[in-house]
Amino acid sequence: MTDQSTPESHAGGASSLLAAGGRKAVFARYGQRPSYGIGERSMRYMLRSLAYLTVGITFAILIILFVDAMQFFRQVSVIDFITGTHWEPFGEPKKLGVLPLLMGTLMVAIGSSVVAIPLGLGTAVYLTQYASPQIRNTVTPVVEVLGGIPTVVYGYFALTTVTPFLRNIFPTIEVFNALAASIVVGIAILPMISSLSVDALSAVPVSIRNAGYALGMRKFHVVTKIIIPAATSGIIASFILAFARAIGETMAVVLAAGSTPNMELDYLQGIQTMTAFIVQISLGDTPAGTIEYYTIYAIGLSLFLITFAFNILATRIVLRFREVYQ
Amino acid sequence: MNLKTRYQLFGAIFQAFCLAANVTALLFLLVLLFGVLSDGVEYLSIDFLLNYPSRMPEKAGILSAIVGSIFMMGLTAVFAIPTGIGAAIYIEEYASESRLIRFIKLNIQNLAGVPSIVYGILGLTLFVRGLELGRSLLAGALTMALLILPVITISAQEALRAVPDSFRLAGFGIGMTRWQVVRHMVLPVAVPGMLTGIILALSRAIGETAPLIMIGALTFIAFLPASPMDGFTVLPIQIFNWTSRPQAEFHSLAASGIIILLVVLLAMNACAIFLRVYFRNKLKHLH
Repeated sequence: MTDQSTPESHAGGASSLLAAGGRKAVFARYGQRPSYGIGERSMRYMLRSLAYLTVGITFAILIILFVDAMQFFRQVSVIDFITGTHWEPFGEPKKLGVLPLLMGTLMVAIGSSVVAIPLGLGTAVYLTQYASPQIRNTVTPVVEVLGGIPTVVYGYFALTTVTPFLRNIFPTIEVFNALAASIVVGIAILPMISSLSVDALSAVPVSIRNAGYALGMRKFHVVTKIIIPAATSGIIASFILAFARAIGETMAVVLAAGSTPNMELDYLQGIQTMTAFIVQISLGDTPAGTIEYYTIYAIGLSLFLITFAFNILATRIVLRFREVYQ
Repeated sequence: MNLKTRYQLFGAIFQAFCLAANVTALLFLLVLLFGVLSDGVEYLSIDFLLNYPSRMPEKAGILSAIVGSIFMMGLTAVFAIPTGIGAAIYIEEYASESRLIRFIKLNIQNLAGVPSIVYGILGLTLFVRGLELGRSLLAGALTMALLILPVITISAQEALRAVPDSFRLAGFGIGMTRWQVVRHMVLPVAVPGMLTGIILALSRAIGETAPLIMIGALTFIAFLPASPMDGFTVLPIQIFNWTSRPQAEFHSLAASGIIILLVVLLAMNACAIFLRVYFRNKLKHLH
């Protein structure tokens, strides 16, 4: 999300030099003289290997997920897995169609986005456009605290506060339900949307805002017709990243949404998400090597690929549609 | 209604909506904190801090989880901090722009978005079974280190980018080597900014539950881990364990545990905010 292509040059006089040659090019001339001693060189190799290690982690995740997911797909065809509408891994015969889990995951992700997008964007617009600097500086860290609260705490909150409260409105709601899970996951991802949107909104140059005022626009129109449209790419990217985070959300969903995979699309009922199923398997004593054990790799791989796709999409949107000013 | 009043009305409604969104978010935080405090105060006592988990709620305590969390954080920090900062230094200070470096940067961004449970699967397969570390503190800390590595690297990159280039040029100008420039010119200025990121990453690690459940951190531990190869429990796992029981007494215990966890997290957050403000002011003086 952060901008890597244009390092700000704070260097005053040196900045023109850097702007001409590009920072990397200038430093490359100074940094790689071969006369440097063994200490200098070994430091470079060590740091380089640490940077490469991060790529190694990605490959390790991919290899592990693929290899063990293959064990699963040797016994269950990919088509049956993707299109099956029943998930009964402990039944006889086993039914291993991932759609009910995917449905549960998407219900929570969409439900939490419905909660988090208006609240998060509204918060960001208020903080950047309407709030006084004092309010902004006080409220921003407090909102960020919401994102720092562990998800197991949100699970507790859903179970002991949100669901009992919802029972006043929907008397038929189950103890474990998708609605409470969506609400608390929505609160958990709200700070992500608001702080990324704050970044996008603050990046809009003052000059084009003032151009709006110079044309006699009201503040309402400057905000909705100039500033928000100019920040759209960053705002949309924040939605996508938050959606991906909601898909990967685990403990809140385990505690609040239960463990009954179904395709009913009923927010008042219990559901099961992909992440919650993985936790269910690892809490039980499923022996390694059985097909139930390998399901966590098939589900984990699906989860990885889905969130990976959303993350790439967000990066793409920012790069493709970013308005570059100056 | 003429145009002027209509626009005034729209403007007022829009501003009210934005304010309401903000207030709602803060309200959720208040309700959450209030609920936890009112439920959890009952069992909060010195005994609660010093007792081991028990099947009887009135005797149950959280000592093994507190000690486990502290050990876990320490070990995770040992693995993740040097690795994350080292990678950031290479990317920002050493590497010249190339396709490989762009790939590494993109990859780190993506790693930060991988669901924590997937890191749990990685830890279970690689550390618990592959390296045969078992369900130990060490396996848990290594898993956590991988999880927070991208977070540390990204924030360290930002801290390094915020150091004015004049510092580097001054170092090279008096004939310093690349590492000398990093060590003596760049790092002293960047460290407070890095610390902010490190504290936030560690506070994420202290609250993470799912990966540790995956690697099989036990939930009933009536001893303190003596070596990195021992079994362990941590605060969020103990909270999860108590929350997932049906009895209300255990829910109150969970709330007491949450109070402890939140106090630790808020203290860490306060440190991070303080350092961020300090760092910002210090950088201001440099310009």
